[in-house]
Amino acid sequence: MATAAETPADQAVHKHTISVLLENKFGALNRVAGMFSAKGYNLESITVGPTEDATVSRMTLVTKGDDAIIEQIIKQLNKLIDTLKVVDLTYESFMERELALIKIATTAENRPEIMQIVEIFQGKIIDISHKTLTVEATGSGQKVDAIIKMLKPFHIKEIARTGRVALKREFVGEV
Amino acid sequence: MTGAEIFVRSLIEEHVDVVFGYPGGAVIGIYDALHDISDIKHILTRHEQGAVHAAEGYAKASGKCGVALVTSGPGATNTVTGIADAYMDSVPIVVFTGQVALKLIGNDAFQEADIVGITRPVTKHNYLVRDVNELAATIKEAFYVATTGRPGPVLVDLPKDVMAMKTVFSYPKSVKMRSYIPHAEGNQKQLDKAVALIAKAKRPVLYVGGGTILANAAEELTAFARKTNIPVTTTLHGLGAFPETDELSMGMLGMHGTWYSNTAVNYCDLLIAVGARFDDRVTGRTDAFAPEAKKIHIDIDPSNISKNVKVDVPIVGDVKKVLQQLLPQVTALDTKDWRQTIRTWKEEHPLRYRNGKYIRMQHVIRAVSDATGGNAVMVSDVGQHQMWMAQFFRYVHPRTHLTSGGLGTMGFSLPASMGAAFARRDMPVISMSGDGGFQMNLQELATIREHNVPVKIIILNNGYLGMVRQWQELFWRKRYSHVEMFGPDYVKLAEAYGIPGLRATETHEVEGVVQQMLATQGPVLVEFKTVKEDNVYPMIPAGQTYHEIIDIPNDSSAPQTGEQESDLELVTIAKG
Ligand SMILES: Cc1cc2nc3c(=O)[nH]c(=O)nc-3n(C[C@H](O)[C@H](O)[C@H](O)COP(=O)(O)OP(=O)(O)OC[C@H]3O[C@@H](n4cnc5c(N)ncnc54)[C@H](O)[C@@H]3O)c2cc1C
Ligand SMILES: Cc1ncc(C[n+]2csc(CCOP(=O)(O)OP(=O)(O)O)c2C)c(N)n1
Ligand SMILES: [Mg+2]
Repeated sequence: MATAAETPADQAVHKHTISVLLENKFGALNRVAGMFSAKGYNLESITVGPTEDATVSRMTLVTKGDDAIIEQIIKQLNKLIDTLKVVDLTYESFMERELALIKIATTAENRPEIMQIVEIFQGKIIDISHKTLTVEATGSGQKVDAIIKMLKPFHIKEIARTGRVALKREFVGEV
Repeated sequence: MTGAEIFVRSLIEEHVDVVFGYPGGAVIGIYDALHDISDIKHILTRHEQGAVHAAEGYAKASGKCGVALVTSGPGATNTVTGIADAYMDSVPIVVFTGQVALKLIGNDAFQEADIVGITRPVTKHNYLVRDVNELAATIKEAFYVATTGRPGPVLVDLPKDVMAMKTVFSYPKSVKMRSYIPHAEGNQKQLDKAVALIAKAKRPVLYVGGGTILANAAEELTAFARKTNIPVTTTLHGLGAFPETDELSMGMLGMHGTWYSNTAVNYCDLLIAVGARFDDRVTGRTDAFAPEAKKIHIDIDPSNISKNVKVDVPIVGDVKKVLQQLLPQVTALDTKDWRQTIRTWKEEHPLRYRNGKYIRMQHVIRAVSDATGGNAVMVSDVGQHQMWMAQFFRYVHPRTHLTSGGLGTMGFSLPASMGAAFARRDMPVISMSGDGGFQMNLQELATIREHNVPVKIIILNNGYLGMVRQWQELFWRKRYSHVEMFGPDYVKLAEAYGIPGLRATETHEVEGVVQQMLATQGPVLVEFKTVKEDNVYPMIPAGQTYHEIIDIPNDSSAPQTGEQESDLELVTIAKG
């Protein structure tokens, strides 16, 4: 097997965040998801929602592949008749957010510690009962991963994650 | 006007002259609206698959859009093979399917099938019409999408209640879609790069595909090849784009292409792909395909560029337009040595077979080629005969070789030839099938008889699923598993349908029977009983490289019982 050092740069597999604007038409999500499964492309997350223009939806995809595969994915997305615009945000400066709801089984003893972690991550407690506590966490995918990792030692009962949404950043310079 | 009436009026607006279809409950209203219409001929096929292949045959032979109309549920699912076939081969057709009433969709209603979901991966685009007010515009858009850019099948699903609702009919004059804008012209920067590469080439080859025919660019391509002196090889779908009587022609390349075209591609220093998609039947192992060549690729579908083989100069655009742009910028190349080398290869490794007392498929095909001078629309099926048709018929006009290449759908030929015959009256339309494929859609004999469609139907009967038998012989130790096949008495079968039937069992009868077939008015069926076991060569086994090519062995077309080795006569032909 080739080690990372031996793999030519263009064959290295990278994660890409791709933003797609589509005609807001019946079945648009199916067309995109169907294309990914028909072609056997990796699809880590997919989100879709309305935009400022009611006739247009925005889809944000997170996928993985080498340069050739990503090029094909973008071409195939463009080929769909309802596609208006495809942007691979990976090479641009972009903002991304993901939201997770994390339900944790708690006891009176560990509750303070959990709440402390939530606070560090600037999460919110949105539901509480004698036996559980539900956290809302937002941030980059990495940040959401991190809070989940920190909460893992406790008893996580359920997680719901939205998948990523992203937009290109307009601000130029250091953030 | 009701939706059904709007549907019919819209087809008239699209200048649709023939619809291949099959009625049922969900489209009974549409059929009622068709009842008194004389501008559109409706051809009742005997199976919905036949209707779609007929629409494909019509489209491939004419360049216009083919149309099929079927009912919901089983009617719709029966179209799937034809639609997938059209998708793979970029055939412009619009398929209208009936659907249960909107309010019943999702209820497992009688004869409900989610045909929009089922066909999503095999259509260029599809629609479910939910509002009668959108019907006319949707039909307009469907024809536009099917026929522009890279053509392909479009399906429009028509719920029964929508077709009964009323609205004012107004057919849009034009289509404007902000999300779909095909580009015809090639980018000047890329064209300049191409011109520079062409000027430097010593051993160039034009690799011409179906896109050239889809773009109606055979004339431009021919002019381009002749102006630059570049030898031409075509794919299975490119046959007819360049006259195979021209010395620059090398016939087909690929798995069963000519020895010399594959050899030329292997040693060429410039490969110009023109509306061809680097299919695996053509490239074999992709990293070893045309290894010494710089590659230029003209294609209208950007996703086909550098998909299988990385190219140096991509030109996204319509073949016709791009060749028109390139033509004034290129000059004659000195390819004398290169052409001489190719001529030598042609002499040393021609297409060949050994003729004997019993009929070789190659011989029948050559006889039809000679008898028609290439002035025939040849519609092949899938199998050994298909490959020999590509090799031994000399194609001189575009749209005279119709075949199922991408999906390789057995049963294509008979219904497709019927569709082609509705589009073309200037040349005989000749269907050629193996005994296997013929039995897959033979129900259309009734349609052909009913409308007296003048197709000449040839069955090349080797009593085997020959192509599979060949693979079992070569790669599976000759363990023939379920490939020998009983068939009916085809002459009697034809007669049962009221179609004259002819038969030839020995080689000396072939020419006469071909003449008789061509002289027959209206439909006629001819069975050629051929030798059972013969193999198609040259052959580059799947996934291998040019270096593994197996040329036609000198002992192929082995003597049959009743033939002597010494009686066999070697026949050679070279394209170009
Ligand atoms: C048993 C069997 C054996 C086969 N063996 C062979 C073989 O030996 N050799 C062989 O060649 N084939 C063979 N085939 C066929 C093969 O599978 C493919 O169908 C065929 O090679 C594809 O042809 P093509 O590249 O011309 O592309 P097509 O399928 O004809 O596609 C057309 C291309 O042109 C482009 N295009 C369309 N319209 C335009 C336009 N207006 N302008 C520009 N570009 C356009 C499209 O985007 C596409 O890339 C075989 C098939 C079978 C069933
Ligand atoms: C619908 C369908 N089923 C199966 C196949 C696989 N297949 C490819 S060629 C072939 C044999 C065709 O036999 P026949 O029609 O007799 O033609 P021959 O090869 O003998 O000329 C088969 C079964 C196919 N291409 N299409
Ligand atoms: Mg057979």
